[in-house]
Amino acid sequence: MELNVVTKPEEIMDIKEIIKPENLVYQKSEVLNDDVMHYCPGCSHGVVHKILAELIEEMGLQEKTVGVAPVGCAVFAYNYIDIDWQEAAHGRAPAVATGIVRVNPDNFVFTYQGDGDLASIGAGEIMHACNRGENILVIFINNGIYGMTGGQMAPTTLEGMVTATTPFGRNVDLNGYPMKITNLIAQLPGTSYVTRQAVHTAATVRKCKRSLKKAIQNVLDKKGTSFVEVVSTCNSGWKMSPVEANNWMEENMIPYYPLGDLKDSVKGEHSDN
Amino acid sequence: MAKVKGAVVVDKEGCKGCSLCVEACPHDVLALHKEVNSKGYHYSYMENPDACIGCANCGVVCPDTCITIYRVKAS
Repeated sequence: MELNVVTKPEEIMDIKEIIKPENLVYQKSEVLNDDVMHYCPGCSHGVVHKILAELIEEMGLQEKTVGVAPVGCAVFAYNYIDIDWQEAAHGRAPAVATGIVRVNPDNFVFTYQGDGDLASIGAGEIMHACNRGENILVIFINNGIYGMTGGQMAPTTLEGMVTATTPFGRNVDLNGYPMKITNLIAQLPGTSYVTRQAVHTAATVRKCKRSLKKAIQNVLDKKGTSFVEVVSTCNSGWKMSPVEANNWMEENMIPYYPLGDLKDSVKGEHSDN
Repeated sequence: MAKVKGAVVVDKEGCKGCSLCVEACPHDVLALHKEVNSKGYHYSYMENPDACIGCANCGVVCPDTCITIYRVKAS
């Protein structure tokens, strides 16, 4: 069986005619480095890094962007996105970002945090940073477990979900309920734009990119804290293939964490929900 | 014949064989190759290049950004 990319001579001509710089429709952003990401195959982090880098390039923010990386898989984000980075202690990214943006108010500062980092260890920091309405963007990757440390239960783990520390499934009597922290954040008057998105299909990736663009614009306009939750997969931690993990997320995570904007206003206004 | 024709170039060494692009392709153009790259992953390739319309869905969902897409209007 012939397994080459192209099988017939006329097709070789055709493909070569298409692959020309003037026909380019999609390529890697220049803000992304050439390093191969250490993330597992199919990890949502890669997609979020990519759309963030594309937006930084499109909006011309590369020279004024400072990212604050969390503890978690995204701790190595500085290897992949070519901007200024600062590492924070576990959960403390919003506090570090507060310091950076108060000293350099013209910089665009964002934090990039996972669910263990933001909803558990750093729950106090994120609440107060959002309540103060710091001009930062918070990107919250919610995959329901502590992915980097081996798939332990996080506050956002779904009821009945099997993790390394809940081998019989999360029991709400013992472990409490899955936390919708984005809904809590939306109640705070300091936030201007709070949304929940996903990146498992091409359509949701494009939608997430639009939301992130709006969130970045809000931060540049100094409207207060913008908060973008991305419901994500951790196929290694969930012990699934990347495609199975996306399907599982769509069937189980998204009904509990429904996608859409939770708040779209200006700082100081209370949310309707 | 389709009105637009696309071509996908996969960075063989950057691909980790997650097959998200194979799932995202609306015209079943992509598949995982029988062979592996130097890291041992079955990389993605154009199995059915005639069907490609250059919609860029595969590139958009690729977590490792190893897909470049070209498109022309077919005569």
